[in-house]
Amino acid sequence: MDKFTTLTAVAAPLNVANVDTDKIIPARFLKTIKRTGLGKSLFADMRYNADGSEKADFVLNQEKYRKAQILVAGDNFGCGSSREHAPWALLDFGIRCVIAPSFADIFFNNCFKNGILPIRLPEDVCAKLMDDAALGTNARLTVDLERQVVVRPNGEEFAFNVDPFRKHCLLNGLDDIGLTLEHTAAIDAYEARQPAWQPKIHGA
Amino acid sequence: MPRTLFDKIWDAHVVDRLEDGTCVLYIDRHLVHEVTSPQAFEGLRMAGRKVRRVENTIAVVDHNVPTDADRLKGVNEPESKLQIETLEQNVAEFGVTYFPMSDARQGIVHVVGPEQGISLPGMTIVCGDSHTSTHGAMGALAFGIGTSEVEHVLATQTLLQKPAKNMLVRVDGKLAPGVTGKDIVLAIIGKIGTAGGTGHVIEFAGEAIRSLDMAGRLTVCNMAIEAGARAGLIAPDETTFEYIKGRPFAPQGQDFEAAVAYWKTLPSDEGAQYDKVVVLDAAEIAPEVTWGTNPEAVIPITGTVPNPADEPDEAKRGQMERMLSYMDLKPGQKIAGTKVDVVFIGSCTNSRIEDLRQAAAVAKGKHVAPGVRALVVPGSGLVKKQAEDEGTAQILIDAGFEWREAGCSMCLGMNPDKLTPGQRCASTSNRNFEGRQGPGGRTHLLSPGMAAAAAVTGVLTDVRELI
Ligand code: SF4
Repeated sequence: MDKFTTLTAVAAPLNVANVDTDKIIPARFLKTIKRTGLGKSLFADMRYNADGSEKADFVLNQEKYRKAQILVAGDNFGCGSSREHAPWALLDFGIRCVIAPSFADIFFNNCFKNGILPIRLPEDVCAKLMDDAALGTNARLTVDLERQVVVRPNGEEFAFNVDPFRKHCLLNGLDDIGLTLEHTAAIDAYEARQPAWQPKIHGA
Repeated sequence: MPRTLFDKIWDAHVVDRLEDGTCVLYIDRHLVHEVTSPQAFEGLRMAGRKVRRVENTIAVVDHNVPTDADRLKGVNEPESKLQIETLEQNVAEFGVTYFPMSDARQGIVHVVGPEQGISLPGMTIVCGDSHTSTHGAMGALAFGIGTSEVEHVLATQTLLQKPAKNMLVRVDGKLAPGVTGKDIVLAIIGKIGTAGGTGHVIEFAGEAIRSLDMAGRLTVCNMAIEAGARAGLIAPDETTFEYIKGRPFAPQGQDFEAAVAYWKTLPSDEGAQYDKVVVLDAAEIAPEVTWGTNPEAVIPITGTVPNPADEPDEAKRGQMERMLSYMDLKPGQKIAGTKVDVVFIGSCTNSRIEDLRQAAAVAKGKHVAPGVRALVVPGSGLVKKQAEDEGTAQILIDAGFEWREAGCSMCLGMNPDKLTPGQRCASTSNRNFEGRQGPGGRTHLLSPGMAAAAAVTGVLTDVRELI
């Protein structure tokens, strides 16, 4: 996983509430056995016409947002299906940070596993950042994870919360599995304590 | 301190605690399917890791299997075929128990788990699928995870998690005839919204929930995720134990007795505290139907489509307008009488034998309306067989329904069963998002009886007029 420390980048505004993971990456693109290559299908139904041509008014099709690395989104972003293809598609497009008033739980969690930082900020703050984002390449936002602040182009800073453990993992690009395996002795001990009636799933 | 059902299951599975309160949580059951697992197995392989506990793990194909009778001759779609074959190689390489398409036990992962006695009270159950909340009806803590977490569970049999908050949704009183678990959960989502349960585990309780059979309870918990909850839960009781007894992977004989003794300790203690409590009156719940493109946009079948002009919040008003235009509905129009093109009875929400019986009871002696395509897709090969043996299937076939093989089918546009743009579908599934059943498709969520009523009349119909 790539580290996340500070990011200064163009932010794309997507002022729509309840953007579900079916919108982020429709089910027909889930038939891959890889994590990469989904960026071109990100937001497919919002981004392309039926004939595959781009919808000119969709934010990521506008020249100034083609290299956006931050997404400023509406309430309840990432609701619906648990598909990790949603953060994979965002990441493959180049998005490393999503800022919204609220997120659905599974999506929020999945972001951290892929080096994407999801940031919850109050509605009025998001509205300001949405305004900045509307300026496109003229206004880059800075996200400083170490200091836990989002910096507006005018220098104004907004503090955000992040779980300390997740922050540590993101800053250092740490793989959860490696960390959990340090608890192997405790897992062994737990398994040894399980009641005898607990059935096992065995063979055909 | 009095504890909730959730607290008890959580406490019983904490292996270790990190400094910041994150827990290493033990996972008793890991259900694996073809769509969200390939990258996880690939990760294990690259790191040279094994599946820690194959005896806690089961795999099944469901999401992109075709559901036509010829499917064993081969899967045509190259990408679906590759995902299925990849799963088959992975389960063989890592030694995981697997139900392939040719096995009668194959079906939708959330139907198979309870049916086989794999999902049991008090357990922690995960799957790379959000509707894992379904298994909460067994009195288990069950939730969906992403692929990185699938890999994490395969490698360590644990997850790193922080406890959720407790929410109680109590449905008091008795349900009216023709009103089902599906209507209860749609009414709940209508009331609390699609983010109403965010950060919480919802425990469903009250007389109306207690009176549901296991199929009804599974339907309710299935859609807890549509209210934004991490999981849904229903305390295990005699109905649960009766259901589990004798199932292939359940404890048998003395082990079963020991298990029941433990399971009886699980229900929430008197005086346990919840962070949020919502109460509904069952008598006020009618057969429900969604009119928009998220499950919160729901009304009773006797109702009218809401008018965006009545919505003071600008963002919400815009969203409603968009929904109405996508769904091609007019504000103020009666929802009953809306013409449908397709009827889909299936999905992990409503494809159990009890659901198919509800549909058959309505369709019996009638015929699918001209111009309507109606599909019935049983949740598992065993449900299919049971329906065939007992005559439920024949009633539906005689009424003109297509009778198909088990799988997710038209619940999501990932296999050959799809809506075409503009088609309107009365569906027993759980998501009415834009394009969910196929690009441009329009979905109305409702109960199996309501779906059958729409099939035989050709329009959205109050099922109570037909029973
Ligand atoms: S039936 Fe639908 S909701 Fe259920 S697991 Fe399959 S695709 Fe997901």
